[in-house]
Amino acid sequence: MTASTQTPMLAAQNLSCVRGSQTLFTDLSLQLHAGQWLYLQGENGAGKTSLLRILAGLALPAAGTVHWQALPISEQRTDYHADMLYLGHHASLKEDLTLTENLRSLMAMDGLKVSDTAIRDALARMGLAKRQHLPARVLSAGQRRRGLLARLWLRPARLWLLDEPFNALDTHAIDDLQDCLKSHLRTGGLIVLTSHQTPDLGPETTGFVLNLSGGQR
Amino acid sequence: MILLSAFGASLRRDLLLVLRRKTEVLTALFFFVMVTTLLPLGIGPEPDLLRKIAPGAMWIAALLATLLGLQRLFAADYADGTLEQMALSPEPLSILVAGKITAHWLVCGLPLVLLAPVIGLQFDLPADAIGVLMISLLIGTPLLSLIGAIGAALTLGARGSALLVSLLVLPLYVPTLIFGAGAVASYIAGLGATGHLSLLGALLVVAAAFSPWATTAALRISLE
Repeated sequence: MTASTQTPMLAAQNLSCVRGSQTLFTDLSLQLHAGQWLYLQGENGAGKTSLLRILAGLALPAAGTVHWQALPISEQRTDYHADMLYLGHHASLKEDLTLTENLRSLMAMDGLKVSDTAIRDALARMGLAKRQHLPARVLSAGQRRRGLLARLWLRPARLWLLDEPFNALDTHAIDDLQDCLKSHLRTGGLIVLTSHQTPDLGPETTGFVLNLSGGQR
Repeated sequence: MILLSAFGASLRRDLLLVLRRKTEVLTALFFFVMVTTLLPLGIGPEPDLLRKIAPGAMWIAALLATLLGLQRLFAADYADGTLEQMALSPEPLSILVAGKITAHWLVCGLPLVLLAPVIGLQFDLPADAIGVLMISLLIGTPLLSLIGAIGAALTLGARGSALLVSLLVLPLYVPTLIFGAGAVASYIAGLGATGHLSLLGALLVVAAAFSPWATTAALRISLE
């Protein structure tokens, strides 16, 4: 990773993660500047999701700290969460609510008010314009995934932590999502993502690949 | 104002979910009505005895009815990942949790208060005693929701959590039961209900301040 004079937006020092009796990783450090992406590689159970959850502040590392804009995230939970969007492998949608209602309630619980038009636009961008008033339970896995990804358009956040964002998506939707990721990077956003397929984020963006299954066992 | 909007958001969402799936709520209400209706039928037409057991019987039924749906308070949000999103919200999780607890009370507690006069008639309770019963339930049922939320959060994700919640929460419900039923009993005995109701109110104030915070701490542990 190239050393830069300015402080990195996201930095982690000497992280280690222990699950039960197994040590998933130790002494893991990373730095990410504005406009950069980090792609977490590794086999199942290598600790990709665990690392993502640690970066999100959902789980505590066994050792080490995560800093956002030079401050530990535990000391600025509110500011950090306002600047960060984590999409896990859960659909995070309520089966009985429509996509519009789901998105509106998720945004409202983040303290943000969005207009119906904004939600309609976001869903249309994910190809769900005709599905916006259907309850989530009748949608396919790919459609739910896209419904969740519509939050990327709605919620302003500089750091995106995406766990398997390409899962269950068709090739067309994967292209759309990659365009969306690229435009986020161009505007100075940061992305950390896990995936089983290598994302194509274009030659003009800078990023790193971190292989978690390589080092320790 | 901002805190209020987050509180309202989580309250509105839970109420909307209940509107979409009414059966779960009706189960608890039906249980309450069933127990309190079968009891006079089983014991027989002895007005003196019925009047005597009425406060205790109705309070026990209300308590068990609340317990019935408690385990589901956070389970669905936990399973579908929305709880994770709530924990990552810039808004304090305890405010969102307070919204959820309020929704639980509006749906599971308040209907019991409103049903109490009808049920009270089956036990031949005098009108003024029914009034006291309603007041005691009005103060007591939010207390049940607040205490129950801590138990539901602590047992989240554990196997056999329905049983665990009962074991954990029932002892904590005992003071509520004693003061709640005691208020009506002592009013009927001519001693006045103020003392019991004041104690119940004090418990409610303590629980309202403490429970969302404790529930949040428990949820964060469950989410890790």
